[in-house]
Amino acid sequence: MSAGLAVRGLCVSRGARAVLRGVDLEVAPGELCALMGVSGAGKSTVLRAIAALQPFGEGSITVGGFALRPGPLPPESRLRELRSKVGMVFQAHSLFEHLTVLENVTLAPVHSLRWTRERAEEAALALLTALGVAARASARPRELSGGEAQRVAIARALALDPLVLLMDEPTSALDPARRRALGETLRALAKQGRGLLVATHDADFARAHADRVVVLADGVLVEQGEAREVLLRPAHRATRALLSAPDELAASPNPY
Amino acid sequence: MAAVILLGACGRAASGGTPRAPLRWGGDAEGGAPFVEADPSDPARVRGFDVEIAAMIAHGLGREPRFVQVAWASIEASVERGDFDVGMSGVEDRPELRARHAVSIPYFEFHEVLAVRPDDAGRLRTLADLAGRRVATLGATTAYRILLDARERYGVIPVSYDDDVHPYADLVAGRVDAVLLDDIIARRSLRRTGGFVIQPVPVATGHYVAVLARRNVALRDSVNAVLRSRMRDGSLERTFRAWGVWSDAEGRYFQRVLAESPPRAAAALSGATAARTYLPALLRAAVVTLLLSCLSMALAVAAGALVAAGRVYGPPLVRRLLGLYVEVTRGTPVLLQLFVIYYGLSGLVRLPAFAAAVLGLGLNYAAYESEIYRAALEAIPRSQLEAARTLGLSEGQILWLVRGPQALRLALAPMTNDFVALLKDSSLVSVITVVELTKQTAIYATNVGSWVVPGIVCAVVYLAFSLPLSHAARRLERRWSLA
Repeated sequence: MSAGLAVRGLCVSRGARAVLRGVDLEVAPGELCALMGVSGAGKSTVLRAIAALQPFGEGSITVGGFALRPGPLPPESRLRELRSKVGMVFQAHSLFEHLTVLENVTLAPVHSLRWTRERAEEAALALLTALGVAARASARPRELSGGEAQRVAIARALALDPLVLLMDEPTSALDPARRRALGETLRALAKQGRGLLVATHDADFARAHADRVVVLADGVLVEQGEAREVLLRPAHRATRALLSAPDELAASPNPY
Repeated sequence: MAAVILLGACGRAASGGTPRAPLRWGGDAEGGAPFVEADPSDPARVRGFDVEIAAMIAHGLGREPRFVQVAWASIEASVERGDFDVGMSGVEDRPELRARHAVSIPYFEFHEVLAVRPDDAGRLRTLADLAGRRVATLGATTAYRILLDARERYGVIPVSYDDDVHPYADLVAGRVDAVLLDDIIARRSLRRTGGFVIQPVPVATGHYVAVLARRNVALRDSVNAVLRSRMRDGSLERTFRAWGVWSDAEGRYFQRVLAESPPRAAAALSGATAARTYLPALLRAAVVTLLLSCLSMALAVAAGALVAAGRVYGPPLVRRLLGLYVEVTRGTPVLLQLFVIYYGLSGLVRLPAFAAAVLGLGLNYAAYESEIYRAALEAIPRSQLEAARTLGLSEGQILWLVRGPQALRLALAPMTNDFVALLKDSSLVSVITVVELTKQTAIYATNVGSWVVPGIVCAVVYLAFSLPLSHAARRLERRWSLA
């Protein structure tokens, strides 16, 4: 457990509204876990709490021995250990527009880990090559396609060699071929021993690539288990709702 | 005497028919006593020896005097435009004046005298003693011209003021080492503030005259006739005595004036000669403008960035204080701020004029810059900052590496705008004795009597500064947006 990610009794409220109401989940090293739920179920909030971008009221989050406590966010100087252990890929990628692809990837090693530029660039090029975007190293983010930008964002998050990689809705802008390629990339990352927590409402993607699925509905974890098991024989109506057509989902924001 | 009676008769004859238009005469009440000052018992009226002489002239012409307020430096241009008939407010006789306007006979002889601090009285007696020292005077006067000559001959450093009070204040404060001005003004300042001594040997002699539009030669001759008769009958002497500026030497001077025929107009500087003469001074002033603008902008950018960072990242108290600074600085005229920094603070810190100018303009523009940077910083999406945080960057690194550079791209266009505005606002610092491009142009224009050539030269120099700047900014902007 100390090598992976453990979330216990996580509660987050925004004003009077309870967004998360006691979420427990674990991601072991080498495991690809899909965090599923309809829009508004609280998937992004879970990821943001783990990445220390969102304070939480109750519960605990432990990543490889580093514990986050309830209450206001600690200053960045006290989060350095967490930052080197948790990487995050944002849904909109959030690449730094004023930097080239290579500079985006070397920014953290050079300024956070104090690597020399040569070393950081060598490592960054290796990452970009592994992800198939080395040819775009000198391009600016706005010149990239959606799929390329996502792979650069993954490379940037991997530059700190994190134990746990968080991804928010990575398949939302990808066509089926790209989705399959992404799934293979993520599997390869898991094989390296990283824990991956991927927030998605894409059941096909989860079924094809995830080891395990946890289903979130209205701030509560309603179902979890092996991906095929949960998605073939869903026990909870929220999971069943996820498996139906996306436009029906939009019509029923609250599965209860 | 006969002439007076004749004139008086003419006046009466004329006024007996249709009432004649009043004689409008222009002067500057800011110049103060004994020339023209607002009457303390009725500030709507003016008094002074120039006021009384104007009344003598008007009555001598059978007309009523009517005062028109005009800035002293603009008297000549205004009289030529026809804003009033006669200008007189300590107007100095000089060759260019006679070449361009109709000028009366001198009605008073004054002396340009040096004022120095008591400790220096023994060693700073003449202009030659003032080599390498700062000597103050009123801009665009004979005294200023004498100082420009003395710069060539002795290495004196002329310092031009827009009024005749602050030169003496700065002399006492130690900002300048001497003041060269009319003895009337020097003695008045000695009575009012003191703290200095007037050297007994005058540097030069000058004369006050009335100035009229060039075409008004006939009126000028009538004015001369009235002045001569008032010299003869002692009215002028009584007026000067009443204002405490009479001396026996003045009486001897009057005798000389009455004995001789009116002086002929001297040759004026031709346009081309004037341009050549003033070109080095204009270039020097252009360098001052450029240097002043660049240093002020550098200060504005640095201070503005600090204020913006304080307002975005600082604790509530710091935010409130910086907000107050921005509001007060933006909400009051930069002219007032320059005065306060240079004169108001002179009791605490005695800043050199150029430093005060850089400080005043820089801190004023810092308020505007800080608002641009604050808006730009706040325009950077939160997701960019969060992405940077997940990469383990400290808040300072995020500002320096992610937020700042992106904000700078947003701020570039408004910053360029401000720099161009600052370039032009730098002309305001002439009020604290820094002679920059616009001031030097005004001096040039006063001396050649036309704004056409000096105005064009000045505009071209400003454009030569601002156009490449905007061009470079546009190129940089394009590069950033394309890249």
